[in-house]
Amino acid sequence: MIGSGILKGMAVTARNFVGSYFEKDRLITVQYPEERNPLPENYRNFPFLIYDGDDPHAGLRCVACKICEKECPPQCIYIVKSDDKKPDYMGKPQLYPKVFDIDISVCMSCQICVEVCPFEAIKMDKEFELSKRERFNHLLQRKEELSKSNDYYHKICPTDAAEVDAKLAEAAAKKKPAPAPSAPTPVSAAVS
Amino acid sequence: MSATVQTLEAMERPPVSMGSRLEGELLEVSMGPQHPSTHGVFRMNVALDGEIVRKLKPVFGYLHRNHEKIGENTSYLGSMPYTDRLDYFCSMTNNWAYALSVEKLAGIQVPERAEYLRIILAELTRLQNHASLLGFLLNDMGAWGTPLMYAFREREKILDLFESLSGSRMMCDYMRFGGCRVDASDDWLVGAKKIVDRFPKFLDEFEELILGNEIVIGRTQNVGKVSAELAINAGVTGPMLRACGVNYDLRKVDGYGYYPHFKFRIPLGEHGDTYDRLMMRALEMRESVSILQQAFAQIQPGPVLNPKVKIRAFRPPIGEAYGRIEGPKGELGFYLISDGGPNPYRYRVRPPSFINLTILEDMCLGHTVADVMVILGSVDIVMGEVDR
Repeated sequence: MIGSGILKGMAVTARNFVGSYFEKDRLITVQYPEERNPLPENYRNFPFLIYDGDDPHAGLRCVACKICEKECPPQCIYIVKSDDKKPDYMGKPQLYPKVFDIDISVCMSCQICVEVCPFEAIKMDKEFELSKRERFNHLLQRKEELSKSNDYYHKICPTDAAEVDAKLAEAAAKKKPAPAPSAPTPVSAAVS
Repeated sequence: MSATVQTLEAMERPPVSMGSRLEGELLEVSMGPQHPSTHGVFRMNVALDGEIVRKLKPVFGYLHRNHEKIGENTSYLGSMPYTDRLDYFCSMTNNWAYALSVEKLAGIQVPERAEYLRIILAELTRLQNHASLLGFLLNDMGAWGTPLMYAFREREKILDLFESLSGSRMMCDYMRFGGCRVDASDDWLVGAKKIVDRFPKFLDEFEELILGNEIVIGRTQNVGKVSAELAINAGVTGPMLRACGVNYDLRKVDGYGYYPHFKFRIPLGEHGDTYDRLMMRALEMRESVSILQQAFAQIQPGPVLNPKVKIRAFRPPIGEAYGRIEGPKGELGFYLISDGGPNPYRYRVRPPSFINLTILEDMCLGHTVADVMVILGSVDIVMGEVDR
């Protein structure tokens, strides 16, 4: 019978309409911003810099090696190395970035800077409500805005942050006791 | 709409027997790039005889972003996030095709779990691409919103899976040379299996909604017919080619990845019209669901990334490689020439929707303007890939 296909389709529409009141599967709308879906832990948006402790300058992990600047596909990172050095988390004197800018209007959130960073200094943030009233200057994030504490990173990505901390502690433990036993051994070896 | 004079002389006069109301006078109309159903910034110059299309000239390039030249000036890894932006509906398959060609170029082995994850993600991409394509196609036919919203509801669940795995809904940037960036947790696999198990229910409902509908049948059957000869000669691939009855699927022909370990059938059409192309998508989704269920049953724990591949300063040996996969839209290939440096010497994309679009005029001639929109919708184009 002609028209039966249309009637069947109408039945499907009716089932969806009525079902949207009862079945959670059919009602998926979320009333943002009052209601929010939780973000998955892997969610990434724009990069930020991590510092340990409370002082953003003293604890900054970045050593201005410029690898991320070189590898960034859309070239949105700008770094100027410092003239002096400051101790890093292991007490070794290292350079630090005098200028570290990320233009988030250019950044495409690809996470390559995070993957290439050998110092676990740059990570992906989860903040996405970043609308600004100015087009140019306000989307250029300076070092001061980019620096966020390790506690913040623990808050947004607990699993990854714990892994990174364990890795850094292991590296520090390997480095730190190494000079203590290795220095006396050659002496004792030479004596005996 | 604009009527121009100077090109009219260049156009052939239509045969008088076609029953023209304007008695042989053609009206040239520019459709797009802001037309609501041209799927992005696509423009067609159509010469109309009344409502019948006599000539059609696609005009593209409005979204040209110089993708290939950018690829030649960034590192091999740096091109990976750019491939997401080619066909932004299926970033996972784009990633896979690019990773496959670099792996061919440098002779990189991929661990087993990564191959399974790639197949799972590629088939999920196929599901969401075909579901949203059917929604858009019905949107073009005048079924405003309703089927598209049902399709997007299902697509949303798959995009949530992508987001929780790769960090981004559409710009996944998930594959790496020699595997995948992060491993999928067991929870993720369980969640994905749940969504895939529920997918056939949506398919049943969707097919009930559209495939028996008299309006859909009237609008699509015998509209935009393509012969198998023309499709093969034009290099058309994917569901469009199979709708003409040509059995050509790279998952079977090339057997890349772990596809030879899977049992699945290739649906084939008969007439090559729009209805067959529409059906082809519906049937392929069923096969994808069966591939996914096999993959969830077979996947084993293990590493997902080949540890020998360097992330930084990756330099493949001198040579060339062409890697291709069966994307949701057709054969997606990347051709790379390496001169031993950190950037490819030549980087070329073979985009399926661009090449499938080349026979648009042959499909549209003799049909009405309203049919042109339906035919264009059934080609399944994404302008990010056509213009690159």
